[in-house]
Amino acid sequence: MNGNIILITTVVITLIGAIVGIGLVWTGKKFHVDVDERETAVRECLPGNNCGACGFAGCDALAAAIAKGEAPAGSCPVGGKPVAEMIAAIMGTDAEMAERKVAFVRCKGSCGVTKNQGNYVGVMDCRSVALNGLSITDCDFGCLGLGSCVSVCPNDAIHVVDGVAVVNERKCVGCGLCAKACPKGLIELVPESRRVRVQCSNRDRGPQVKAVCSAGCIGCMLCTRQCEFEAITVTNNLAHVNYANCTLCGKCAEKCPVKVITAL
Amino acid sequence: MRDTFRGGVHPNDQKRLAREVPLRSFDPKGEMVFPVAQHIGKPAKAIVKKGDAVQVGQIIAQADGFVSANIICSCSGTVKAVEKRRIISGAMAECIVVDNDGLFTPIEGLGQEEDASSLSNDEILNRIQAAGIVGLGGAGFPTHVKLKPRDPEAIRYVIANGAECEPYLTCNDQLMREEPKAIVDGIKLVLRLFPNARGYIGIEDNKPEAITAMKSACAGEDKIDVVVLRTKYPQGGEHNLITVIAGVDYPVAKLPADVGCIVDNVGTLYAIERAVAHNEPLFRHVLTVSGDAVKKPGNFIVRDGTSFEELVEACGGLKDNVDLKKALSGGPMMGFAVGSLKVNVQKTTNGITLLGSDPAEKAQAQMTACLHCGRCTTVCPAGLLPQLLAEAAEAKDYERYEKKLYGLECVACGSCTYICPAKRPLTQTFKQAKAEITAIKRAAVAQAGGK
Repeated sequence: MNGNIILITTVVITLIGAIVGIGLVWTGKKFHVDVDERETAVRECLPGNNCGACGFAGCDALAAAIAKGEAPAGSCPVGGKPVAEMIAAIMGTDAEMAERKVAFVRCKGSCGVTKNQGNYVGVMDCRSVALNGLSITDCDFGCLGLGSCVSVCPNDAIHVVDGVAVVNERKCVGCGLCAKACPKGLIELVPESRRVRVQCSNRDRGPQVKAVCSAGCIGCMLCTRQCEFEAITVTNNLAHVNYANCTLCGKCAEKCPVKVITAL
Repeated sequence: MRDTFRGGVHPNDQKRLAREVPLRSFDPKGEMVFPVAQHIGKPAKAIVKKGDAVQVGQIIAQADGFVSANIICSCSGTVKAVEKRRIISGAMAECIVVDNDGLFTPIEGLGQEEDASSLSNDEILNRIQAAGIVGLGGAGFPTHVKLKPRDPEAIRYVIANGAECEPYLTCNDQLMREEPKAIVDGIKLVLRLFPNARGYIGIEDNKPEAITAMKSACAGEDKIDVVVLRTKYPQGGEHNLITVIAGVDYPVAKLPADVGCIVDNVGTLYAIERAVAHNEPLFRHVLTVSGDAVKKPGNFIVRDGTSFEELVEACGGLKDNVDLKKALSGGPMMGFAVGSLKVNVQKTTNGITLLGSDPAEKAQAQMTACLHCGRCTTVCPAGLLPQLLAEAAEAKDYERYEKKLYGLECVACGSCTYICPAKRPLTQTFKQAKAEITAIKRAAVAQAGGK
């Protein structure tokens, strides 16, 4: 009697084991996904911030794109050269990097050159001011200085100094989060080597700019006359540098009466 | 009628500073600035240009569309410019600047008495529309739009808002004491548009003189009653007045007209009476200049476009030993801070409050994390949960803010910020969240339209 129970139990357990085993093998075959080993390896090289600066939806997506050959090895602006080299080694391609981009604040409106309208008290978020069409300083285009960019920067690379946001280019990885956070659209990503930049966003006419800020672009066109390479234009009363044409000669910056063009 | 509305706070009303000062007409000397957008709706279109001669009562900007209002010149002189100027809200906006010649030459027919009893309903509405009348309680909604609900028969309550619950402000109190007859006539004009309605004048019980004056003015009227309200902020909110007087509660998505009510500020009703029976469009209104930083607080009948500086000067200027720390357009609860006094009175400006200390700055210095004490919930007149709303807003979870917590029902009365022991800037957070949600919705509409 006892022997029978043991026998039945053994048979049942063995059968269940066999069925489950076959099931597992079958599902394993059926739902098999080919994983490119290189993708996993590439993913491990990437920083894992999921910042989106590469233009893909996070590091996983970029790794997949690199493994498929849809993106070059140097696609991660945050990782820079070292990461590109590691990825190039895995993929067996060239480690050529796109030029490193850094954030640049197109405003010089520190406390010394423009005046605050009043003493702002309240939520320290630029959006809360900008959404209502308001400004902190007399200039309606300039930096609000409440630090929305500072709060999103993952690398501590941007700070509000003397009422205006300033980028620490050594720390900046060009992820562009600050540019997205700035409600005034003051921050742009520029190639690091392009040192001649216009540090103002005020599109008002000259006299109005002069009335609110002593360091604002007055649209006087002197810079365009200096430039031999058609690299600087004035549209909407504001100078723009065409980085592709600019030879970094710095003549425009020299002539600028308000010193709003910087040759860093 | 109910005893009172839910929630509310009892701030120190500081009305003693100006409550006994009679209204004084003030004629400014300096240039006058008229923004073309002083109301809710589309900005008006300027119809004068630089160099044009203008007179008192002349329309200088024409309403653009139905929900818009004419802008009326309040002085005589020449148009100096049509340009961007900084207005009360702090933004740059298109303004008509008039060089005031100080003569105040009226346009022909201004102030002419007319027999209003022979006018038809349409004529009354047309006159209100032509006069550029907007809600003078602060919001500036064009009155002719408000007075044209889908079904005029369904309106049961015409409520004159004389609560004036905002601290410091006393101009409506004075207006009710001095011009009770004109206000009652204004209510009678509005009542003619709504055959089934009765008139109610809601006044807080801290204004006994105004209550007496209004009661005697409507003594012989069988369709108008004075309702004495309990003094509590924000009793003057449209929603709270309706809750108390009509006894109905309704969601903010609905308009007062949907529950059979029309609420107008006493100042607006006075303006209606002036416009219809005296052919005087809206170019002046009552305003209080008060606060602990000004020498002689007072109540004025002020012309639109007058600069704040001149009004402060008319009050004897700032106190010598006091530093002006905060200047507010309006009162301390609903008003907003102005960066300088170089801004100009608009139609909806009902007060200038000048303070020698900045309570907001002090509060910010003392701010701590939320204590979860729930006081904000007990004072919110809209019955919201400000503490959870603030959490959702700070986490930028606007879905939850709008759909789960009904954050759009916030009327920005400031009661939660006033009561918060952790001194958190709740109202500003909500204002921002509401602006964000509006921006998101607008973007969605624009995207749908682009496809």
